[in-house]
Amino acid sequence: MEAVHTLINHYNYVITIFLMVGGLYIVIARGNMVKKLVGLSIFQTSVYLLFISPAKILGGTAPILDPAYSVYSNPLPHVLILTAIVVGVATIALGLALTVRINEAYGTIDEDEVLEKDPEP
Amino acid sequence: MSTIASPAGLILLALAVPFAASAVIPLFRRRPNLREAVTLIAAAVLFALVLAIAGPVMGDARPQWAGIQVLPGVAIAFQVEPLGMLFALVASALWIVNSIYSIGYMRANDEPRQTGYYVCFALALGSTIGIAFSANLFTMFLFYEALTLSTFPLVTHHRDAEAMRSGRLYLLLLLGSSLLLFLPAIIITFMLAGTVRFEPGGILAGTGGTLLAVLLGLYVFGIGKAAVMPLHRWLPAAMVAPTPVSALLHAVAVVKAGVFCVVKIVVYVFGLETLAAAGANDWLVYVGSASLLLASCIALTRDNLKARLAYSTISQLAYIVVGAALANATSIAGSGLHIATHAVGKITLFFCAGAIYTALHKTEISDMAGIGRKMPVTMTAFLIGSLSIIGLPPFAGTWSKWVLALGALDAGYVSVVAVLMISSLLNVAYLLPIVARAFFLPLPEPSAGAAKLQEAPAPCLVALCVTAALCIVLFFQAGVIENLLAGIFASPSSTG
Amino acid sequence: MSQLIAQLPALQVVVPLLGAVLVAFCRGGRTAYFVSLLVSLLMPVVSGLLLWQAIIAGPISYHLGGWQPPWGIEYHIDVFNGLVLMMVSAVGALVMPFAWRSVADEIDEDKQAWFYCMYLLCLTGLLGIAATGDAFNAFVFLEISSLSAYVLIALGRDRRALLAAFRYLIMGTIGATFYVIGIGLLYVVTGSLNIVDIGSRIAGAAAVYPHAVIAALAFITVGLGLKLALFPLHVWLPNAYTYAPSVVTAFMAATATKVAIYLLARFAFGVFGQAFDFRTLPVADIILVLSVAAMFVAAFVAISETDLKRMLAYSSVSQIGYITLGIGIANKPGLTGSIVHLVNHAMMKGALFLALGAVVYRIGSARLSDLAGIGRRMPWTMTAFTIAGFGLIGTPGTVGFISKWYLVAGAFAAGQWVLVFLIVGSSLLALVYVGRAVEVIWFRDTGPAAARATDPPPSMLAPILLLMAAVVYFGVETSLTAGIAERAAALLLGGLP
Repeated sequence: MEAVHTLINHYNYVITIFLMVGGLYIVIARGNMVKKLVGLSIFQTSVYLLFISPAKILGGTAPILDPAYSVYSNPLPHVLILTAIVVGVATIALGLALTVRINEAYGTIDEDEVLEKDPEP
Repeated sequence: MSTIASPAGLILLALAVPFAASAVIPLFRRRPNLREAVTLIAAAVLFALVLAIAGPVMGDARPQWAGIQVLPGVAIAFQVEPLGMLFALVASALWIVNSIYSIGYMRANDEPRQTGYYVCFALALGSTIGIAFSANLFTMFLFYEALTLSTFPLVTHHRDAEAMRSGRLYLLLLLGSSLLLFLPAIIITFMLAGTVRFEPGGILAGTGGTLLAVLLGLYVFGIGKAAVMPLHRWLPAAMVAPTPVSALLHAVAVVKAGVFCVVKIVVYVFGLETLAAAGANDWLVYVGSASLLLASCIALTRDNLKARLAYSTISQLAYIVVGAALANATSIAGSGLHIATHAVGKITLFFCAGAIYTALHKTEISDMAGIGRKMPVTMTAFLIGSLSIIGLPPFAGTWSKWVLALGALDAGYVSVVAVLMISSLLNVAYLLPIVARAFFLPLPEPSAGAAKLQEAPAPCLVALCVTAALCIVLFFQAGVIENLLAGIFASPSSTG
Repeated sequence: MSQLIAQLPALQVVVPLLGAVLVAFCRGGRTAYFVSLLVSLLMPVVSGLLLWQAIIAGPISYHLGGWQPPWGIEYHIDVFNGLVLMMVSAVGALVMPFAWRSVADEIDEDKQAWFYCMYLLCLTGLLGIAATGDAFNAFVFLEISSLSAYVLIALGRDRRALLAAFRYLIMGTIGATFYVIGIGLLYVVTGSLNIVDIGSRIAGAAAVYPHAVIAALAFITVGLGLKLALFPLHVWLPNAYTYAPSVVTAFMAATATKVAIYLLARFAFGVFGQAFDFRTLPVADIILVLSVAAMFVAAFVAISETDLKRMLAYSSVSQIGYITLGIGIANKPGLTGSIVHLVNHAMMKGALFLALGAVVYRIGSARLSDLAGIGRRMPWTMTAFTIAGFGLIGTPGTVGFISKWYLVAGAFAAGQWVLVFLIVGSSLLALVYVGRAVEVIWFRDTGPAAARATDPPPSMLAPILLLMAAVVYFGVETSLTAGIAERAAALLLGGLP
């Protein structure tokens, strides 16, 4: 029972773990390059959640100084995640660009088919 | 700052000469006579320099060059002591003779790539001098590896499939054993002793007996050039090289470098007292003796002359290793003496083998019936060399076997004396029949198109006569060598 | 002037970054090249000054934007990362003269300016990882260098470079993301992102949240393991190095994985080492086992390769195993061996890949069968190749020997006799694959493909020969490499033997 309670109270982390593992699974299990990138994106999103969840202090308000409040949520992880989101965007953009070029070169975006055309040495 | 004429300067000059020669020789690749002259001049200069250093060393000096520090406690440094002096003398003297022989052999057989051949020879000799004059294990290891690498192109000289195959085995066994066993031994010695310098009395005092025995094993098998069985296969494989290279490998540089390293390490790293007290050398006496006898037995079964001589060498090298293993002053003197006497004896035998090949294109002993009539000088030299190897007076090998036997008795190993005697009998069995066949059997009927029977080319003859003469000279001059070697155990009077 | 000196840590990173922006506006390959050349030649000067200052005056602490750490980002330069900075910038500077002709030969005219832009960004990223003292800042630079690396690799002539870059992208991003997860966990338990600060707080945090700290260690190790190509996470490396342009392979083989190893060592000892003795952690044993596996398995594969670039790529995986082995042994000689091999391997692999790049420039192929007898046609290049190859084997007189010495000493000091023989045993494998290449290059008759070859022009030959000279020089005169590595190891271990 204790375990179930903990799980329900920390639902945000449960979702995080689910996204993390799901994203990784898609990356590994799918041969289509766009789908791989989708999986990668989901995986990265889970990390954003992982950072932001602890940032919300229970009973804390928005991090703007005000004499009426003494407990604030932590703004730093939000800053970090903004950076990470930008990195993620750049990565996905680059990945998609590579996919376009692979499509031009091979006529397919499925990794297995590409490997058939150029077998591993 | 040492001047050129000071002993330290002489050491550096002696090292520089062969390496400089290797750089100069390619410049004359289109003028063969000038090219060969460079080699001969370099060899002569080297011998003169080594002689010049020998004077002070006989007088108990220990010239040294402090060197470049590579790692804390590890440097490239040189110091001349009696063993190294002897080795350098043998190597530099025989380089001159071997070069004369090479000229005759390479030209008569019209061998290709001669420039590269002489360059590698010079590099190999330079590395040998480096090993002889090394002051610590690192310097020794550095030039040891250089020797392996510089002799590889010589072993694979013919560049055909068999040569490359043998060359690969050569490289794998020698580099492999040195990297796998010799190098860890050096590093472990450094970690135990805090230094890798050669010191009289050794640097490993206070180390446990088992560790000493293991370390000794790592050194003996790591120094693959000493051809202790079972790491001996590279030596017969290297017979695929032109004969002057085999003469070099078997008398002058490679194998002697191997056993020299073993003896030097036993004396100056382990220290005779430390080793004997811990009993860590026991196993080596037996392993060495086994190698000795086994190699001689295998030599009996080989019909190819060079292969027979190769196994004979493995056996003779084991004499030196056993001498080191007995770990007393007499046996070390015997080992040192054997380095010199075996060198002149074996090089004579190989020169004869090469002469027979050049003149008659014969390599198998069973084909060599009656050749003594056509090549009397060669076969007489062969007889002299054989008698020296067997150890009969008035030939040099007598003294080294005698002193080794004395050393065995001193150490209390009567069995080793028996081994030496049995081995001498085996030497007779595999060497004298060759001479007998050459002189006492009739010549076969010449078949149509057979090579004209004649003596070997002149330079080859000169060379093998010189070395045969040396076998006799050394019999009478053995005392000089013994005096030199006694200096190992006397306290040095000065350095510089 | 002293104002300038004070700003050097920031300039180390900002100058190539601005250079990249400048190059992005260039149209022609030539202008782009000269800007890159200028920047690349400046970087070793800056690194040298920083390293020198770290050696005599102790660690440099530079506060970016004037904000105090641990709230602001700090660039913390001590002897360890000073050495890494010096290595990266030196390799960058050596590779640039080579690139003049090699890039013109291998990359389309209209893409050359973008090539140099990406190259400068990669340089920025690598220098940034080495210079920074902030964990998240390290992630940002890690991704900057990785993203530009993916582009650089994809610019290779062969279309297989595209898939190689894509796979590297996937694996590299997973790695970086794992690293970020680890940083996140560390932030949650210690409240800081500054590496030195985390180190001082972690002992307290580990007492209260041991699982979180261990989890962070695991994520960071695996994440960086993907970046540094630790076996079995190395799968992206062979293809990426084989199909990338020659300059890129040479540059990346020498630097990219090394900087990731630097970061791992920094975290293992500078952060987690403050909470636990790294040697007592199971992760040290795991790294040991994986390193030994890398050393042997990768070397075995290298032996069977027929394309020299691919063979050297697997050799790199094997050599990285040596470096991580030293980290796993985690005593002073072992760690010294690790750090010195970081630098030494950069020299050796740099020389090897540049030599191969020269061969590709001349005959368009790096297949072993095409290189038969090429030693006589390209003597200088192949001599450099041979000597650097001897370095890989660990011949005395080359830098490879120095690394092996320290690693074996470290293994012996840890009482691990099996490791001693494993280390030297794997050198035998290097002997086989280097020996095979040397035999074909020098001891075979010149084949039809090699007959067209000659030594490359001086702009390409000079860096190759300089690196060859370095391989020999630093194999004898080791005070700069091994001497500094010893100080760095002492710093990391903080007094442990």
